[in-house]
Amino acid sequence: MADNNIQPVEHEHNDRVIFGFWVYLMTDLTMFAVLFAVYAVLRNNTFGGPTAGELLKLPQALAETLILLTSSFTCGLAVLAANAGSKKQAYLWFGITFLLGATFLGLELREFSHLLADGQSFRNSGFLSAFFTLVGTHGLHITVGLFWIAVSMVMMHVRGLTASIKSKLVRLGLFWHFLDIVWIFIFTIVYLMGAAR
Amino acid sequence: MNQKTVFKYVLGLLLSIFLTLLAYKLVVDQTFAGNKLIFAILTLALVQLVVQLIFFLHVGSEPRPHWNLAMFVSTVGLILIIVVGSLWIMANLNYNMTPQQIQDYITSQEGGF
Repeated sequence: MADNNIQPVEHEHNDRVIFGFWVYLMTDLTMFAVLFAVYAVLRNNTFGGPTAGELLKLPQALAETLILLTSSFTCGLAVLAANAGSKKQAYLWFGITFLLGATFLGLELREFSHLLADGQSFRNSGFLSAFFTLVGTHGLHITVGLFWIAVSMVMMHVRGLTASIKSKLVRLGLFWHFLDIVWIFIFTIVYLMGAAR
Repeated sequence: MNQKTVFKYVLGLLLSIFLTLLAYKLVVDQTFAGNKLIFAILTLALVQLVVQLIFFLHVGSEPRPHWNLAMFVSTVGLILIIVVGSLWIMANLNYNMTPQQIQDYITSQEGGF
């Protein structure tokens, strides 16, 4: 599309397996789309409580966005290193990805606990229910991704960079990039549009 | 490592950071107002989606036939139907509610939880 001369290393093997995983990602995307639709419908139904713009802190959301964006980049480099057969670099980049992902999750949990401590529970209003469901589902995916990275590192250590491990790492990379894309829309629709009102 | 692909990732990262900061600045400065601002930041998010699809997920650069791309496009169609359809129906229902019905509902919910 952008440059046909590029031979993506990632797609040399297991095209069919990767397509299968891609189909899963697309169904996951559809699920997120439904949650986005729910949020868009309910976002003004605050039941007398504070709105998204009054409740959510934009600078922290920007920090989370930049952290996740960088982790998506380092994850790409990790998969490239694995495909090039460089185990050390793969460990390094996946390690950085893991730390950035964990930082992101920590910031998100901190935000949730502050909201709950302020009495802004998901039980208060349609808006808060939709907010916690949408952002929480994404956070749950990030948690799964972190476990996946950890398990993959152990597998890479035990079995070495075999073709099957490389293919697994490619799918892990796709999953992580996908989560970053979903977050871009959470950042735009929940945080930026909340503050834009 | 494949230098060309690394370059793709660097370019994707820089473009994404730029688009994110631009959207953030538009909102903080309130450069536009109301619907114009919302339209602007949604457009920036869609541009960033395309950037990441091309530079990070390599959509469209897999060997022909582009099954991944085809799957993605049909999913986008599905998503548009779900999201636009939901917003349309719910806005219409909201519009057709009388102020009395809304007031009755709020009264019925008070002290609910």
